Amino acid sequence: MTTGKTFTFALMDPPFETARSTTALRLIDATLRRGHHVNVFAYEGAVYLPFALQQAHANAAHGRSAEEEDHPLPRRWIADLMAAAAAAGVKLDWVNCGLCVDERGARESIEGVRRGGPPDFVSFIEASDNTLVVPTRD
Amino acid sequence: MLIASRDPFTAKDTESFYALAAKLAARGHPVTLFLVQNGVLPARGGAAAELLTGLAESGVRVLAEDFSLRERGIGADRLARGVESAPLERVVDALAGGARTLWT
Repeated sequence: MTTGKTFTFALMDPPFETARSTTALRLIDATLRRGHHVNVFAYEGAVYLPFALQQAHANAAHGRSAEEEDHPLPRRWIADLMAAAAAAGVKLDWVNCGLCVDERGARESIEGVRRGGPPDFVSFIEASDNTLVVPTRD
Repeated sequence: MLIASRDPFTAKDTESFYALAAKLAARGHPVTLFLVQNGVLPARGGAAAELLTGLAESGVRVLAEDFSLRERGIGADRLARGVESAPLERVVDALAGGARTLWT
């Protein structure tokens, strides 16, 4: 059941580097599970979170294959979130900042991610019940 | 709601964030400090626990995310006085309740 409420999250951190990205995705998951709609505005390194070319790899140091390593990939987590949102009848609208994408050569995003810019973030905020900016820190 | 994902042992400005929570509470605002990731480290009874206990005594509700606690091996029986374990969903509920939420 949907609540009809919408929340916007702004993400900045790239994948594989900080726990904030993982926490942010867990928070998005919890928000969807509560029946809320979610907007995501990803900019700076966060545009790599749904990068379609992320690949799992083996771990030679521990002698494990890619399958045994079962390397977690943020693009898969985001695809799962999108599928879960669709199944629950709530919206997950993910916008990657286009300038950030171009700077980083990160155009190959998973299905469901759209290109946008700061005006989309403003539109998200205006149409949302609340907004949380997940900061980037040293 | 103030969300702290860093600890005062490695990020000294975390104490300024705690001070912001105390000042907001002193002005009569309902304030929750939500600790997550390494932000839960001072919630363990120990060197920096008095910071959080002091906040709780000044009227700030101090919550430490249960998953972050488990990841770091901090049991509920080892939490500093005034600190409660809570799920991440508390942040969602705060947003849904219209709380102004700041993460540092």
